This record gives sequence, structure tokens and C-alpha cells, in this order.
Amino acid sequence: MSGLPTISCFDLFASRSRTNWRLKMAALTSPLRVCRGILKEIRALKGPEYKQTLAYNYVLDQFRKNQVSSERYCRAQEEALHASQSYLCLLTSTRLNLALHKLYHGKGERGLEEAAGMVGLRLPKQPGGKGWEK
Amino acid sequence: MLRNLIRLYSRPSYAVWDRCPSVFQGGQAHLFTLLGNSKAYSSATSERKKFYQDVSISQGDDGLFEINLDRKKLKTPGGKLFTVPNEALAIAVATEWDAQKDTLKFYSMHLTTLCNTVLDNPTFRDKDQIITAALKFLETDTVCYRVEEPSALVELQKNEWDPVLDWIEKRYNVVIGSSCNIMGPQIPEETKDTFRQHLGSYNFWALTGLEYVITQLKSVVLSFGLVNRHLTVEQAVLLSRLEEEYQIRHWGNVEWAHDYDMYELRARTAAGSLFVHLSSESSTVKRKLLQD
Repeated sequence: MSGLPTISCFDLFASRSRTNWRLKMAALTSPLRVCRGILKEIRALKGPEYKQTLAYNYVLDQFRKNQVSSERYCRAQEEALHASQSYLCLLTSTRLNLALHKLYHGKGERGLEEAAGMVGLRLPKQPGGKGWEK
Repeated sequence: MLRNLIRLYSRPSYAVWDRCPSVFQGGQAHLFTLLGNSKAYSSATSERKKFYQDVSISQGDDGLFEINLDRKKLKTPGGKLFTVPNEALAIAVATEWDAQKDTLKFYSMHLTTLCNTVLDNPTFRDKDQIITAALKFLETDTVCYRVEEPSALVELQKNEWDPVLDWIEKRYNVVIGSSCNIMGPQIPEETKDTFRQHLGSYNFWALTGLEYVITQLKSVVLSFGLVNRHLTVEQAVLLSRLEEEYQIRHWGNVEWAHDYDMYELRARTAAGSLFVHLSSESSTVKRKLLQD
């Protein structure tokens, strides 16, 4: 896709390690690589039987259909490539986001007793009840 | 037949709930009735046990595609039959359902969410209201607001945002401009009219997706750059988070905040962009004439 601008802040941020794959993502412009990327993501989602999924067959079929064209400028092909790049980005980002979510997201509120226990406190107990229970 | 239909309640089933308080304008009364009669809209991260094995799609009599979980048809949270206009979108949604492991993580199913939003239209907005809501972002567009210091960030914004701004001004033949002032740039009425017209040419599905992208990126300019294929999702998200990226470079990266946000924004933006593409395309196969 030659119409895309090269973004120079990639260079600016290149010193940071995570920008390396970010750079790689942006460079994924060849249809073959995008196709492989998507299939890899489907495999990550579905495991070994990923070839039986709807998405696998559809993606492969679409890439094959869009493959052959002797036109100099093929709008449909460019559109399809951009859409497939977006889809790859969707799958990859969702996977990475979920991984971080699993790692860091809280499991919900703790109970009163548990929360007190975290700082070494115990809830007071009144053997005779608090007076208002029936 | 009715018992075969599944209704799924969960809060993130609609795209308008997150990140965009402005959509509640005008729909408030309805919204509270909606929220009032369903406890299921309560939590941002609600999950549900997976209750199906196979996911498939089928085409109804009206040509619309449906999602089948085992042998039951998927419904929207509003109770309508879940239908999408084309096969590609149906497969993408089916893949989201198929990808769920033990629990259904609705917050990771962005395309399903967008479809639900269109089908149920929970805020009862029409096309004009969506366009107005989307255009509000033009007045406070991310790429139009510039800082005056530090100088490195000033230069970064100039180098990265100016080319996109130039591109959109040429592409649509409009004047937008940028500003360091807190009031933002003065956007001429003609510019708004031009964008209003362009937004009007999208169908309801595509427009919902486009507005979603705009609210995510907080920028009409970047969103148009994305749907016109001038930018990739990664580039658009990077440009939208330019200042944050700059600060990360100075102060360091915090994985559970910065990376988490970035991947989420990328996923949402990609879903929105794909949604626009899939709902506005009309797939045609053109065969070449054989020449002797």
C-alpha cells in the first residue's frame, strides 16, 4: 500500500522495546503476511482444530479470490487489504488485552472481614449480640 | 419456537455505554427505563458461563444472516433476533462467540456489541442525531488542540498531526486549522456542512460504526483518515494517543494502564473500522471479458 505515509514517530519511539512489534505491525503490508497473521490468531483462539472453523475457510477463500488481478490499481484489493489488516489488529489487540486483563483485573470486592484481615485487623465480636437483633 | 431463542443480557452489549456520555442527551428518559428493568446492565465486566458448543451461521428468508449457538438462534439484549446484513460480518461475529472459552467475556466482543447497538438502538437516536453527536467531536478534535510547551512535544505534534490535517483539508476541500488556545480552532460552518453531508451518505449501520470510531479516537480527522484508508488502525491509535506516548517516553510505561488502554483502544478502533467497511460494502464479482 504505497499511499500510506511513513510515520516518523515510529523512529522517535524506536528505543522502547514494545515499539518493535508496533513497528512490525505497521510494516505488515503484504497480503500474505496479513493472511498468515489472521490464521495464526484463529489458531491461537481455537487450538489445533482451527482449520474447521468458519473464519479459517472464509479468510483463506477471500485472500485467494482477491489474489489475482493484473490491474495496476485495484481499489477492491486495496480495500480488502486494509480491512484484513484491521481484522488482524482486532484479533491481536483483543488477545493481548485479554491477557493483561486476566493478569491485572481485580476479582471483585473483598468482604468486610477479608479486607480487615489484609491489614491485620479483626472485626469486633460482641458475644451477647449488638442489642437490636431479634 | 420462542423457547429456542436466547436472550442475552449484559451491560457491554451496547457500544454507546462506554466512553461517550454525550449520547445520553435526548434519550435519558428511555435510558433509565432500560436500566431500571434489567439488572444485567450493571457491571462493566459481567461474564456468563458458556452454554453452547457449536457456533454456526445461517441465512434467513429475507437474506439476512443469523447466528446459531448449538441449535438456538442468538438474540439481542433487547429481545430482537440477531441479524446482520452480510456473510463476512456474520462470520466475524460467529468467530467472537466461538472464541469464548469457559465464560463469555462480553467486553471482548466488540463486533457483537456494535451489531447489538444498531439492532436495538438503545438510545433511540436517528441518523441526524448520530451525525450531530459525531460532529461535536470536530469542535474539540484531538489533532486540532496543540500544546505550547514543552518544545519537544510541540514539535512532535506538528510533525505528526500536520500531515493528517493537510491530507483531510485537501481530500475534502475544507478548512479546519489548529490552535493552542483552550477554545480550540474556529471551524467554519462550511466545513461542518461538508462533513455532515459525507456522514449522511453512510447507511445506519456504517454510521453507527463510524461514530463509534470517532468517540474512541476522540477525533473526526483521524477517523476519516482511517475509513479512507489513509491510516492503518495502529497509526490512527498512535496519533490519537500522541501525548500519552510522549509522556510514556519520559516517565516510563506502566503495563496495566498504558498497554491495557492501548490494546483496548486498538481493538475497539479496529472493530469500528471493520464494521464500517463490512456494512457499507456491496460485494460484487466482476469478471474480465476474455479477449481473443
